[in-house]
Amino acid sequence: MEAFNIALRGIFIDNMIFAYFLGMCSFLAVSKKVSTALGLGLAVIFVLSITVPVNWLLQEFILKEGALSWLGADFATIDLTFLQFIMFIAVIASMVQLVEMVIEKVSPALYGSLGIFLPLIAVNCAILGSSLFMVQRDYTIVEATSFGFGSGVGFFLAIVALAAIREKLKYSRVPNGLKGLGITMLITGLMGLAFKSFIGIAL
Amino acid sequence: MSNEAAVVEKVQEVVKAPAEPLLSKRRKKIVSDPLSEDNPITVQVLGICSALAVTVKMEPTLVMSVAVVFVIVFSNLIISLLRNTIPNRVRIIVQLAVIATLVTLVSEVLKAYYYDMFKVLSVFVGLIITNCIVMGRLEAYAMGNKPYDSILDGLGSGFGYAWIILTVAFFRELLGSGSIFDFKIFEAVGWYSFPNNGLMVDPVGAFMVLGILIWVQRTKTGYVEH
Repeated sequence: MEAFNIALRGIFIDNMIFAYFLGMCSFLAVSKKVSTALGLGLAVIFVLSITVPVNWLLQEFILKEGALSWLGADFATIDLTFLQFIMFIAVIASMVQLVEMVIEKVSPALYGSLGIFLPLIAVNCAILGSSLFMVQRDYTIVEATSFGFGSGVGFFLAIVALAAIREKLKYSRVPNGLKGLGITMLITGLMGLAFKSFIGIAL
Repeated sequence: MSNEAAVVEKVQEVVKAPAEPLLSKRRKKIVSDPLSEDNPITVQVLGICSALAVTVKMEPTLVMSVAVVFVIVFSNLIISLLRNTIPNRVRIIVQLAVIATLVTLVSEVLKAYYYDMFKVLSVFVGLIITNCIVMGRLEAYAMGNKPYDSILDGLGSGFGYAWIILTVAFFRELLGSGSIFDFKIFEAVGWYSFPNNGLMVDPVGAFMVLGILIWVQRTKTGYVEH
């Protein structure tokens, strides 16, 4: 039940975009059309649900202070936390590569539609951010998995909704300086206000 | 392209062309362009995540700016020195490794000497790794230019990023908490009833302030997105 709550919180209350501003770059750059936003959103859900648990295992069995004790008593005092960033980013980059290869083999159609977005995900802050939050909040592996999935769905919702709004926006007259990024920021702010309404829900 | 460069080099060797002055016009342009016309945040739309997340108060923003400038300049320098030895196919991983090392350095220094600030910035120090400005500059500039120029380019982009997030932080702290660098400015001038705007402390305020800032900045430079 706790795991379910964490996923739900990740989707609505602690939304990656509206509460932590993570993954903004791709959020802004790839939200011009709903179809591409859908593709990126799905890829993010996929990668997040894999990388967060994998990084959890790394953190628990290699990086944490005393995590290496399974190798023998001599290793019990080793603390490799300072390697966290490098390990996490390496896992993410290689996972993305792996996912890309698997998708290419299994479903060329999906691969074609995701296209360049898959490699882009490696440098999406939402992915690294989720792993870092997972460490900070001391989740168990089940919670970490559901947190990864929930954050992914939250990102998916946000980017698809923004893309839909921006498609409609083409028909309105926006002041020159505000076109593109400016108006998108303001819209994101308003969407964030709407998402605020979930805060009162106690889970 | 490389042939051409080789020829140019040869000619320079023979004639002993005078070295370019340390701050020639071209080099000044490398630094000044990202400050306004080619600003990483407002024009190129890079590095937005951290720009918004840490700007509730001025102080963490300043620390963040310093950290980012440090990381950009040194990763630019290192990649520029290595640019001819990095195989093209693994360059992303090499770049990430260099950035991650520098960020680890920053985070360890913060943890050792400035622990309170480390707690405030929490995961966002680590997220400098995925700050697109850093990666963007490495890909677009340091991979193809000499070390000194790359340092200048890093300085330009770093400060272009810094002044935007400091401006956002200025307005957010002023209107949201009524202070600048934790100095209660409105109370100091005797306006005790200044209403703090809760929206500004909230993520929503960051989007609004940055949106308006982009509007103002783009109107000034005349940049229009299509």
